[in-house]
Amino acid sequence: MIIFGTALLAVCHLLGIFLGDLLGQALDVKTNVGGVGIAMLLLIFARLYMQKRDMLPKLTELGVEYWGAMYIPVVVAMAAQQDMVSALRGGPVAVLSAIAAVAICACVIAAINRSERAHVEEESAPRLHDNPLLTEAE
Amino acid sequence: MIEILEKAAIHNGLVTAFAVVGLIILVSGQISRRLTFGRVHGSAIAIVIGLALAYWGGTQTGGHKGLADMSLFGGIGLMGGAMLRDFAIVATAFEVQATEARKAGLIGVVSLLLGTVLPFIVGAAIAWSFGYSDAVSMTTIGAGAVTYIVGPVTGAAIGASPDVMALSIATGLVKAIIVMVGTPIAARFLALKTPRSAMVFGGLAGTVSGVSAGLAATDRKLVPYGALVATFHTGLGCLMGPSVLFFATKALVG
Repeated sequence: MIIFGTALLAVCHLLGIFLGDLLGQALDVKTNVGGVGIAMLLLIFARLYMQKRDMLPKLTELGVEYWGAMYIPVVVAMAAQQDMVSALRGGPVAVLSAIAAVAICACVIAAINRSERAHVEEESAPRLHDNPLLTEAE
Repeated sequence: MIEILEKAAIHNGLVTAFAVVGLIILVSGQISRRLTFGRVHGSAIAIVIGLALAYWGGTQTGGHKGLADMSLFGGIGLMGGAMLRDFAIVATAFEVQATEARKAGLIGVVSLLLGTVLPFIVGAAIAWSFGYSDAVSMTTIGAGAVTYIVGPVTGAAIGASPDVMALSIATGLVKAIIVMVGTPIAARFLALKTPRSAMVFGGLAGTVSGVSAGLAATDRKLVPYGALVATFHTGLGCLMGPSVLFFATKALVG
């Protein structure tokens, strides 16, 4: 049943947000700490566990994969509701500090990723996803 | 006729949003193929169209939620809101290869820390050079350079003034937009190829919206790795902003 996949995703999502809120409260931060990340880890483990026990028929997988494939459209909708006007109105301080922060981070990312390249290239290429819904989205 | 159609669209907001976003993606796919010969990724163009529509919506309504403030496009707010966004991000984790993710664990943590501290220093320094020389304003604007959520959370915790808060949110928004639009352009410079490099990127570039949209427009397969790390970014920033980073700034400028 396709709903089992979507329900599994929903349970992982809710549990992750819940744990993230708990973590935030424990650390006294007034915000969710990594809830989505925790939910992602839960889903990864759930998948590994269920695959090993043969509890994951293709239709159940599709219930999750549909939402994974809906990701780019959701991001486009997210872009369409950014507060562009006030972002651009913020003036030179906002624009300058954003540009400078991004530029420095970009250099550090490039430095880290280049320095690791020698090791990475020896390894086999990561296995591509096997989600048929995504071949179109590429 | 038009009124009935409009009423149907407004009453079925989410469904309208599916249709509108589908149309945007269709158009951007055509632009990608016909005008750039596939050199610019269709999703990158779709995101830029989305941002342009957000700007247009913002100028039309004077609201803060871009296109979603127009009643006809209210469903965009639900479709692109935090709930469905996080739901879809979590779903992408289904494709993560656990071994790949584990390999990059430590470097992910390192890049998360760097991704919080570096933008903070830059933001605070630029705020200082523009005359925001008190520790509270510097910390708030610096935190805004981490993400647009860390900024106001930090500012509220240490008692920043509303205009500084607005400035800090604007900083974070501009950063998210630069990351969204700039990532596919800079992908080669950033060496964004492997899951590991995506995790480094997710930790350092920060903002979930920027990282996930930027990676989506670069290489769809890298999204879950970057998002996995980036989702801890806001939490870490909210943790460090009002505490360690504020105290450090205070010790420096008094």
